[in-house]
Amino acid sequence: MGNKQTVFTHEQLEAYQDCTFFTRKEIMRLFYRYQDLAPQLVPLDYTSCPDVKVPYELIGSMPELKDNPFRQRIAQVFSEDGDGHMTLDNFLDMFSVMSEMAPRDLKAYYAFKIYDFNNDGYICAWDLEQTVTKLTRGELSAEEVSLVCERVLDEADGDHDGRLSLEDFQNMILRAPDFLSTFHIRI
Amino acid sequence: MSHRLKGRGEEGDRSGRRPSRKQAARAEGAAGRRGAQPGQKEQAGGSPRPGSPRRKQAECRRHLEPLGEQGRSSAERTSKGRRKRDGRASLKKQRAPPKTEKEVSRQEEMWKRPKKHRPPSLASSASGAECLSEEERARILEQVEDSKKLIATMRNKPWPMTKKLRELREAQEFVEKYEGVLGKGKGKRLYAYRMLVAKKWVKFKRDFDNFKTQCIPWEMKIKDIESHFGSSVASYFIFLRWMYGVNLVLFGLIFGLVIIPEVLMGVPYGSIPRKTVPRAEEEKAMDFSVLWDFEGYIKYSALFYGYYNNQRTIGWLRYRLPMAYFMVGVSVFGYSLMIVIRSMASNTQGRASDGESANFTFSFKMFTSWDYLIGNSETADNKYASITTSFKESIVDEQESNKEENIHLTRFLRVLANFLIICCLCGSGYLIYFVVKRSQEFSKMQNVSWYERNEVEIVMSLLGMFCPPLFETIAALENYHPRVGLKWQLGRIFALFLGNLYTFLLALMDDVHLKLSNEETIKNITHWTLFNYYNSSGWNESVPRPPLHPADVPRGSCWETAVGIEFMRLTVSDMLVTYITILLGDFLRACFVRFMNYCWCWDLEAGFPSYAEFDISGNVLGLIFNQGMIWMGSFYAPGLVGINVLRLLTSMYFQCWAVMSSNVPHERMFKASRSNNFYMGLLLLVLFLSLLPVAYTIMSLPPSFDCGPFSGKNRMYDVIHETIENDFPTFLGKIFAFLANPGLIIPAILLMFLAIYYLNSVSKSLSRANAQLRKKIQALRVVEKSHKSVKGRRSTAESEDTAKDASQNATQLQLTEEGTTPHPASQNQTPGKKAQDPGTSSSASGTTLPASRHLSGAQPPGVRPDSGPARSQTHPWRSASGKSALRPPH
Repeated sequence: MGNKQTVFTHEQLEAYQDCTFFTRKEIMRLFYRYQDLAPQLVPLDYTSCPDVKVPYELIGSMPELKDNPFRQRIAQVFSEDGDGHMTLDNFLDMFSVMSEMAPRDLKAYYAFKIYDFNNDGYICAWDLEQTVTKLTRGELSAEEVSLVCERVLDEADGDHDGRLSLEDFQNMILRAPDFLSTFHIRI
Repeated sequence: MSHRLKGRGEEGDRSGRRPSRKQAARAEGAAGRRGAQPGQKEQAGGSPRPGSPRRKQAECRRHLEPLGEQGRSSAERTSKGRRKRDGRASLKKQRAPPKTEKEVSRQEEMWKRPKKHRPPSLASSASGAECLSEEERARILEQVEDSKKLIATMRNKPWPMTKKLRELREAQEFVEKYEGVLGKGKGKRLYAYRMLVAKKWVKFKRDFDNFKTQCIPWEMKIKDIESHFGSSVASYFIFLRWMYGVNLVLFGLIFGLVIIPEVLMGVPYGSIPRKTVPRAEEEKAMDFSVLWDFEGYIKYSALFYGYYNNQRTIGWLRYRLPMAYFMVGVSVFGYSLMIVIRSMASNTQGRASDGESANFTFSFKMFTSWDYLIGNSETADNKYASITTSFKESIVDEQESNKEENIHLTRFLRVLANFLIICCLCGSGYLIYFVVKRSQEFSKMQNVSWYERNEVEIVMSLLGMFCPPLFETIAALENYHPRVGLKWQLGRIFALFLGNLYTFLLALMDDVHLKLSNEETIKNITHWTLFNYYNSSGWNESVPRPPLHPADVPRGSCWETAVGIEFMRLTVSDMLVTYITILLGDFLRACFVRFMNYCWCWDLEAGFPSYAEFDISGNVLGLIFNQGMIWMGSFYAPGLVGINVLRLLTSMYFQCWAVMSSNVPHERMFKASRSNNFYMGLLLLVLFLSLLPVAYTIMSLPPSFDCGPFSGKNRMYDVIHETIENDFPTFLGKIFAFLANPGLIIPAILLMFLAIYYLNSVSKSLSRANAQLRKKIQALRVVEKSHKSVKGRRSTAESEDTAKDASQNATQLQLTEEGTTPHPASQNQTPGKKAQDPGTSSSASGTTLPASRHLSGAQPPGVRPDSGPARSQTHPWRSASGKSALRPPH
C-alpha cells in the first residue's frame, strides 16, 4: 500500500480512474504487470511521467496475449505510432477497452480497428482473409477462405460496396450475442 | 483524427439527452470528417461561397465576446484560437445553408466551447464574475455541466490516453474555476457547498466501488481457470461463487434470527425432554459412529427442528421464537426466489435478440468466435481446431444444406438412445423406491448393519455417480452438436435427479405418515407414564415428588427431525461422494496416466484413459440439486445451511485445485454465453419443486406434539393466527381475518391473472412493433442502396429531395422507437445509431491513409459544387458512398 504513493501521485491515480474502467488497485496491478515486462526499462516512479516504451516483443509475450492470434494487431492499434511499442498509457488503454466494464460501442470501435489489418478504415476482403487465416491457422483451403469471406461480406455489408465500413461492422457486432463475453481480457 | 473522434464521442453524449440535437450531431459528424485537413477544405469548399466563412467567424466572435474580451490580449493564444476557429468556421460554411443552420450552429458553439475554447481568456474573466448577466451565467452553467458530463464519460471515449488525460485536466480546471462563480449572492455559498458535497459523494462512491471489487472472492482463481479452460468451465465456478453468496445470506438469516436467539435465550440443554438425549441412547450418544449419523447429541441440538421449544416468547427480549422460526422459513424461500428471478432478468437484459443470429452466421463466427480470455497454449490449440471445424461445418451446411446422407440411421439412433435413457431413468426410480421401502423395514428391526442403515444414501449417490457417464455414452450415438448435446445431457440428468429426489421424498412422506399415525398412541403412553409417576403409591406423601428426569420421559418420534436428519445425511454423503469421485476419477487417473506413461506399451496420454475433462453439466446439476435439498431441508434442520456453506467453500478450493491439476480442456470447446440463464432456469424450477413439499407439510400435516417450535398446535401456520390475535390490536386481527376470506382471495388471484395476461399482451405487441420497425429500417436501407446505385445517372437535385425525405424518415423512426421501447437496451439503440452514425463511421479511418485522405476531401466529379455541401449535410453517408464508388476496388 505504501508504494502506491511513490509510483503515482494521488492526482494521477484519480485521473487514471477517470479515464479507464479500473479501480485504484487494478491500476496498480496493471502497472506492476507492465513494470514486470521490462524491469530495467520501466522506472518505479511515474510521478514525472517518463517517456518509456516497452517493445512489442515483450508485450506480445504476456500470458494474456501470447496465444491470441490478433496480438500484434491489438498492440498496433493501441500503440501511439502503430508499431506495437507501448507506453504505460497505451497499456492501460488497451486493458481498459478490453475490460469487462467497457461498453459495447467502445469495444466495437476498437474491434473494428483490430480487424482492419491494412488500416484503410474499411474491412476489405483482404482483411477478412487475414482474419480467417489467423483464426484457423491456415488450415482452410484457399477456396474455403474466399467462400467464407464472400459470405461474411454478403451478410454484413450493408451498402454493398464490397467491404465493411465501421457502420456495417457495428451494425453486425451489436447483434452478436457473444461479442461482449469474448472480446474481453481479464487481467 | 481528434476532430473525428470527438464528433463521435459528443454525438454519443448528446443523443442520449435530446433527440432534437440530431441535426447538429450529424452536422458535426460531417464537419469532423472535413476537419481532417484544413488546407483542402479551404480550397474545396471555400471558393464557391466566399462570404460565408467571414460571417461564421463573426458569429463565433460574437459568441465569445462577452466572456472572452480580456482573453484576446494574450496574442499567442488568440492566434491559435483563431486558427482553430477559422478551421471550424470554414468547415461550417461548407456544411449548410446558414439560415437554417444558425440555431444549430449556435448551440453547437456552446457545446464545443467547454472542450476546445476553454481558454485562459475565459478563466481570467472569472474575477469579473459578479457582473455576469443572467444569460451568461446560464451559459456557463451549461458549460460546467457539459464539462462534468465529459469527466464522467471520459472513459467511454475512444481516445488515446494522453488525449483523455489532457481533456480531463482541462475539463476539471474549467469546472474548478467556474463552479464558484455560479450562483449569486446568498445562493453562491450554498452552491459551492453543494458542489463540495457532490465531489465528496463521487469520491465516496468510487472508494466504495474499490472496496466492493476487493470483496469479491476468488477472482484470480476463476480468471486462471478461464484462461486455461475457456469460459464454459469458468461459468461453473462463477455459478458456484454466486451460490456461495446466496447461501451466506441464508446462513446469516437462519443463524442470526433462529439459532443464536435459541442458544442464548432459550431454556438450556437438559431442562426439558425435547432438549435431552433419552435414557436408552445415553451411553452411546457420544460415539463417533452415532454422531456421524447425526444421532445422539447432535440430534438433540439446535441444528434440528426438534430442539426448539414452543414457548411463545423467550428471554428478556421477549423474542417470539416460533414466529421467527416460521417467518425465517418463509423468507428463505422468498429471498431465494427473488434473487434467482432478479439475476435471470439481469441476464436477459444484456442479451441481443435471438432472431438476428441466423443472418450473420459467418460474420459472428469470424469476429466473435475467438475467446480473448484464452491464455493457455493447449486451450488455444483446441480453440483453433474447433473454429476450423465450425467453419468447415458451416461451409458444408451452406453448400448442401438439405443433403443429409444417413438421416434414417441418425433418426433411428436418436430414438434408440432416448429409449435406452428412459429405461435407465425408470430403473433408477424403481431402485430408489425399492431401497427406501426396504430401509423402512430395516428401521423396524434391531441391530442392522452399517450398510443397511445407509443403503438409501449409498444407492442414491451411486446412481448419481454412474448414470451421467452412462447417459453420455448413450448420447454419443446421437451425434449432436456439443452445445445441443450439453442441453440434452443436462435435461436427462435433471430428470434423473428429479426422479430420484421425488421418489425419495414420496417414500419419506410415507414414513412421516406412518409416524404420525403412531403419534396418538405415544401421546397416550407419555400421558399415562407421567400420570402414574406422580400418582403412584410408595412415595412419602409429605414431600412433593421431584419432577421426572427429562431423559426418562417417553416421547414421540418427531418426524420433522427425522426428515431433517435424512436431508443432512444426504447432503453429507453427496459431498463425500463428489470429493471421492474427483479424487479417484480425476486425480488418481491423472497421476496414473502421467507417471505410468513412462513404462506402458501405448501412449496413455493420447490413447485410452487419457486425462479427464471437466464435467460441466454434471457439476452444475449436482450443485443445483444440492441446493434444492438445502432449501427443502433447512426448515427441518436449521443447521443444514451452515453445513452447505462449508461444503461450497471447500468444494470451491478443492475443485479449483482438481481442475487445474488433473483435467484437460474440452476437445470441442464451446462458449457458455447463453447457458447461464439456463442454469438459473433449472435452479428456479428446483426451487419451486422444493417449495412444494415444504409448503405441503406446513399447510396440511400436524406438527409433532412434543418437539419443535410448533408443538401443541394443530398446524404449523397457526403460529401466525396466534401472533395476530395476541400481539396485534384487535382491528388488525379483524382485517387479517377479512383478508383471508376466500371471497377476497379468489378475486385477487383472478386480478393477478388478468394483470399477467395484460402485461403479456402488451409485451407481445411491443415486440411486434419492434420487429416491424426493424423491418422498416431494413427496407429503408434497401431503398438507400437502390438510390445509390442509380445515383450516378440521376440529377443531384432529385436525389437530394429523396435523401432529405429518407433522413426525415429515419429521424422519425428513431423517435418512435425511443418512444415505444422504454428500456434503452443496446439492441434498441442500434437502429437509432444507424441513422446517426453513418457520417462519422463511413469516414471513420479515412484519415489514416494518405490516399483515402485525398479522396475524402475531394468533391465527387459530376456534382454541382454548391449542392455538394448541402447534400453532405443532410445525408453525410451519401458522400462517403460516392467516394467509395470512386475508389478502385480492392
